[in-house]
Amino acid sequence: MAERTARRLRPRGMDDLGLRRALGDRMLPVLVAAMSFLAALALAGAVAAASLAAHWQEGAASSVTVQIPRPEISLPRRADGGEETRLEAVQRILRTSADVASARVLTTRELSDLLRPWLGVAADNASLPLPAVVEVHLAQGADADLLNLALADVAPGTLTESHGLWVGRLSVLAQSLQACGWLALLLVAAIAAAVVMVATRAGLAARREAIEIVHGLGATDGDIAGRFARRVTRLTFTGGLVGALAAVPVLAALIQMAAPFMSGQEASVWSTDPLAVLAIGRPIWIALPAMPVVAGAIGFLTAQGTVRRWLRKLP
Amino acid sequence: MIRLERVGLQYGAGATAGPDVLRDVSFVIPPGGFRWLQGPSGAGKSSLMRLLHLAIRPRSGKLTVLGTDIGAASRATLPPLRRRIGMVFQDFRLLMHLTAFDNVALPLRIEGRPEGQIRADVTEILRWVGLADKAGSRPAEMSGGEQQRVAIARAVVGRPSLLLADEPTGNLDDVQAVRLMRLLAELNRLGTTVVVATHNDALVARHPGPSLRLESGRLVADG
Repeated sequence: MAERTARRLRPRGMDDLGLRRALGDRMLPVLVAAMSFLAALALAGAVAAASLAAHWQEGAASSVTVQIPRPEISLPRRADGGEETRLEAVQRILRTSADVASARVLTTRELSDLLRPWLGVAADNASLPLPAVVEVHLAQGADADLLNLALADVAPGTLTESHGLWVGRLSVLAQSLQACGWLALLLVAAIAAAVVMVATRAGLAARREAIEIVHGLGATDGDIAGRFARRVTRLTFTGGLVGALAAVPVLAALIQMAAPFMSGQEASVWSTDPLAVLAIGRPIWIALPAMPVVAGAIGFLTAQGTVRRWLRKLP
Repeated sequence: MIRLERVGLQYGAGATAGPDVLRDVSFVIPPGGFRWLQGPSGAGKSSLMRLLHLAIRPRSGKLTVLGTDIGAASRATLPPLRRRIGMVFQDFRLLMHLTAFDNVALPLRIEGRPEGQIRADVTEILRWVGLADKAGSRPAEMSGGEQQRVAIARAVVGRPSLLLADEPTGNLDDVQAVRLMRLLAELNRLGTTVVVATHNDALVARHPGPSLRLESGRLVADG
């Protein structure tokens, strides 16, 4: 009988210090969930800015537009005295130049597409003297200015427009956005630590007498701090998990909307393949499961530090 | 062994330092010794008990408890020492959210004893203090005398080397008081050093023994 009574009295997950009440299971997890949701958004922003910057730099930095006014006019060819149009002269240079990785003449239809926003449907059958436009991708380390000189030499009036300046400005913008994202992430982590510290101090104040009793019975700082840390870690991990789960649909929607910009393809916003969404957001999907772990780690370390510092008041 | 050499104590420090609570207190209690600690209220009995319980450190002089110089000891050396000291507080200091069983089991759990042994020891000691049927009760559901017996059971369950008791019979009826004094004598006979603070002169007269007397923070009698 006594045996059975004793077994019944031995509780599972013994709570000597009464922390279940002192560190309630509502406030802290809810706050941490909100912060981990914000952290997921900040992280997504930072990752998106980084991949946009990389994408632009890769794609646009090496791209140059060449405009040839009155492309159909024939010129005498210097090498053999034959004739070629101004466009053909430019294409010959582009084909032979080591600076050019690839070159493509835009079709009349593509030109009309470019003009339509300004001219409306008139662009389709306008009899304007349009220049020829060649989209050129430069080889690595190529100098757009030298190419410009060479082209203007065979077909005077040809304009070479480098995107470098704009790409530079966009990169700076993207990098700033990225820095803001990381800063927001750091700030959220710092606020999380502060919230945990306040909650732990409140718990210490509420259970002061119990802590002094247990301390007097010979519990070490590590014992007492460990009990607080276990409780706080469980609460912050739960909060982090809830926040990360809540962020999944929001992030999926954002990535889906951003997909056309990231992939460089003309894709309808909502028709993007789910697998592509997974692929584009890979860094985010990898970081998201880490959110509860990081939240738990912040909780553990902050609680340990706060309790140990507080215990120094006792002899 | 307990040794005090010109021990002084005051609460607070610097500008906020209070008056001396203890002044130049010196005495020795050999291992396995017994001492009454007597004196009027405010004489410094409780402060001396707190010193011996390592809840405070002396401001001056040298305090040696269970062979360790407390003034010079690092913080980390104190918890193992505290586990060898049992203390019965005047106000019991039980954890109100725990049952009698868990309150008594607390020192053993802190020590990391196996749960099976804890069950046996706690059940045994609760039976001894006459609270076997109250094992599942919380302190709020018990009388003052029953709470005091829980506090006593918690102090002795770990078989401490030093047992400190501050007015341990205050809430006990005569039968329980006699039982307690017999328990203290028995522990003392088995080698535990025992110090009992009281202002109940009748109790001391019934159980004569060597006595320390404090008055206004000074030791005025030893023996």
